[in-house]
Amino acid sequence: MMKSLFIQGGRVIDPSQGIDETGSLLITEGKISWLGKGEATPPQPDYDVLHAQGLVVCPGFVDLHCHLRQPGFEDKETIATGTRAAARGGFTTVCCMPNTEPPLDNQTAVEFVKSKAASEGVVRVLPIGCISKGRKGQELAEMGELALAGVIAFSDDGEPALNSHLMRQALAYSYAFDLPVIDHCEDRALTESGQMNEGVISTKLGLRGIPNAAEEIMVARDLALAQLTGARLHIAHTTTEGSVDLIRRAKEMGVKVTAEVTPHHLTLTEERVIGYNTNAKVNPPLRTKRDIQALIQGLNDNTIDIIATDHAPHTEADKLCEFDLAPFGISGFETALGSLMSLVHDREISLVTLVAKLTYEPARIIGNKYGRLGTLATGTSADVTIFDPALEWVVDTKVFASKGRNTPLAGERLKGKVMATISQGRLAYKDDSITIKES
Amino acid sequence: MSKKVIMTQEDIRRTLARIAHEIIERNEAIENVVLVGMHTRGVPLAKRLAANIEHFAGVKIPLGTLDISLYRDDLSSLNLQPVVKQTDIPVSVDGKSIVLVDDVLFTGRSIRAAMDALTDLGRPRLIHLAVLVDRGHRELPIRADYVGKNIPSSRHEEIQVNLEETDGVDEVAIIAVPVAKEG
Amino acid sequence: MKTSQRKDNPTLQIKPKVSETTSMWRHHHILDVDDFTQEEIELVFHTTQVMKEVMSRPIKRVPALRGKTIITLFYEPSTRTRLSFELAAKNLGADVANLSASVSSVAKGESLVDTLSTLQALGADIVVMRHPQSGAPYIAAKYIEASIINAGDGWHAHPTQALLDLYTIYEHKGSLNGLKAVIIGDIMHSRVARSNMWSLTTMGAEVTLCCPPTLLPVGLSGQHRHLPSVSIQPNIELALDGADMVMALRLQLERQQSGLLPSIREYIQLYQLTEARLARAKPDALVFHPGPVNEGIEISPAVAHGPQSVINEQVANGVAVRMALLYLLAGSQKQ
Repeated sequence: MMKSLFIQGGRVIDPSQGIDETGSLLITEGKISWLGKGEATPPQPDYDVLHAQGLVVCPGFVDLHCHLRQPGFEDKETIATGTRAAARGGFTTVCCMPNTEPPLDNQTAVEFVKSKAASEGVVRVLPIGCISKGRKGQELAEMGELALAGVIAFSDDGEPALNSHLMRQALAYSYAFDLPVIDHCEDRALTESGQMNEGVISTKLGLRGIPNAAEEIMVARDLALAQLTGARLHIAHTTTEGSVDLIRRAKEMGVKVTAEVTPHHLTLTEERVIGYNTNAKVNPPLRTKRDIQALIQGLNDNTIDIIATDHAPHTEADKLCEFDLAPFGISGFETALGSLMSLVHDREISLVTLVAKLTYEPARIIGNKYGRLGTLATGTSADVTIFDPALEWVVDTKVFASKGRNTPLAGERLKGKVMATISQGRLAYKDDSITIKES
Repeated sequence: MSKKVIMTQEDIRRTLARIAHEIIERNEAIENVVLVGMHTRGVPLAKRLAANIEHFAGVKIPLGTLDISLYRDDLSSLNLQPVVKQTDIPVSVDGKSIVLVDDVLFTGRSIRAAMDALTDLGRPRLIHLAVLVDRGHRELPIRADYVGKNIPSSRHEEIQVNLEETDGVDEVAIIAVPVAKEG
Repeated sequence: MKTSQRKDNPTLQIKPKVSETTSMWRHHHILDVDDFTQEEIELVFHTTQVMKEVMSRPIKRVPALRGKTIITLFYEPSTRTRLSFELAAKNLGADVANLSASVSSVAKGESLVDTLSTLQALGADIVVMRHPQSGAPYIAAKYIEASIINAGDGWHAHPTQALLDLYTIYEHKGSLNGLKAVIIGDIMHSRVARSNMWSLTTMGAEVTLCCPPTLLPVGLSGQHRHLPSVSIQPNIELALDGADMVMALRLQLERQQSGLLPSIREYIQLYQLTEARLARAKPDALVFHPGPVNEGIEISPAVAHGPQSVINEQVANGVAVRMALLYLLAGSQKQ
């Protein structure tokens, strides 16, 4: 039997219970067994202690959108390396997209991912199933079978659901399973061969642009279809001011839509591409300051429900080439918190809001099928993240657990770092400066 | 740093007059002579010589300028690339008696480069060299045909030639640059 | 034979203020002209003048770059530009080798970085690179030690072309300050247009872009620190009023196929540079074209061969400008 772990004296932030105060918690046999305020200590005396003074203690982060690349692209990432990277980033539950090879459009593929996660993963992995067979965008995948196999949503991510008829049917059909359909909103006719945001920088660099309208057109279409079918729609990686406005209006009208934004779209602009930095090449692309302002406003007024990383690892060789030939994607797990904390330090969003968007809100979208996630309530799975909101550190991609070193933040100084991550009661990651002592 | 003036304005004037006479004396067909001044200070010196020759012999000698930047053998080791200047010789050099004019003759490498440049421009009958100062320390077998003044110098000394046209005053000085003490 | 060729032009004796050494030259590569200062451009003019004199000699050769290895790496076919660079390098006494990579080398699996590593191993001092994708020379600059000259990358930049265009005007007009320059054609896909916009505005010219709106990239109508300040005028007659310099860009025939233009016929009707339209410019306005020319499409044969055309001078000046740039780059390698 594993010894209990007492996490003592941190700033406990749990938006699911409205808690933001100094306190401690006790983890026993994989669950949160006790939560106390101030100097309180738990009744039983036998435990290991992790001193969390000066640190934030919150529920483990829940990522609704990431790419673990296995099966099929194991040179870019595996479930083992991806979940270790997630743990380093404070994530205890990750939802992986089905654009693997073979894609997750059937029960066997989903079960493969789940069993790999159980044997080699260090955090909880919840798969997302395809909307269409083979992700080809033509026929619906067997969503019922996928739901039974345990997917938490449907998406053809990587690809937009171009065919409106198919998207309508997918939304309607998903209603039976009360699972959201996640769309990567992009009108391909407008983005053919596009490399970066269409704007001043794409003109300067002579690169074909991806206009804001390409995303907004599909967002508008999907919102109309969600309204028509009454089903649950989730907008992946929102990036433009126009999209935020559309979603806000739709919510006012009662459409069942949720939306996400990535850390990089909240903090980096198209200027990162200057010099043809392929590590800043991502789809949807990095946009402008104006879009960032609108996205932050959207977070604050709950137009945008959650933050999700869209962790998309690629090998170094993949990205070491002409800009046009480089694949899209940023490896985001290990820099998520550090980069997001700049918004807190600049007073653009509050720390509590940030934690909520990473824990309680994504857990709400997933629901309780896998137990209550995104919370420190007693009796729930002990998924806990401990971070230092003020620690400055330099991003060194050589120590990444992810195989993907493709981040535009390489070498940058960030303020805010994950110090320990506990997933289902097991220590999944610990910074060297954290010690766990016997009481 | 100590400075000693070796030639005054009057010294320079008399020396250039003497060299002009020497050029006239040594060249039977003075009309075949072309004076070519090497950038930078060789240019005003050549101009003055041409004026002297016209004054003494009544003949107007063609005057040209030569830039050797593109012929230097030390381009890869210099810290800064020299700015190239114009080479402008108004007549063909074929069959002519060229008198190259420079201010100081030192290692001889500039003259080597100048000869390469001139032979790329054509085939002179002969090339002579006139310098205001010869300070010794040759690194190549080059000698001047007309010398204003021989100034023996050590490697630690600098010969400074100032001319009115380029520096506002006529003066030749020798400057002792202190040797860096061994640490 | 005279060694100097000076036009009877009193303004040509303009000597840009340059010092004895090229300490204002900061470029180890020539990837674009976006950040060239006026002093650097004037240094290029000054050096080009000298190189033109060298080219007028019976022996058009100087040993300035003797011992240097210059390799041209062209991923797009181009006889003229490559030949121009090759001649420039040889005139300076350098050793030149040409490598024609093609899309098939890429298909065979040899990446750009692989090819560049090979050139490094072969001892290239300067690599002249033309590539169909914007930004490719920037990879080269990051990964090998040689100096890189961008001979054209995708839609992005063609710095040596812009500098030779600039020099050609300079030879005729002296100063570029306040000059009205008009660029007509497919701006969106033109690296020549982009580079010229930068170099012309740096030297004080006023640039007007004239093209169908579908061929105009976004962002140029406002004031942005990342883009040069230009005017937009889609009507060719209005654009040409009072122009000092007119540049016609080549129209790629596939633009019609990709839906950007209804037809080539309509483009000719609205945008061809004809004698009648040229008459609206100043009588001494100069006509430019980066070549190769599609006579009868973007420019009428009469204008292309007419008295105001400096198209052939552009080509001649190309070698001298490239000699100047090679000389200045060779100097930067020691810093």
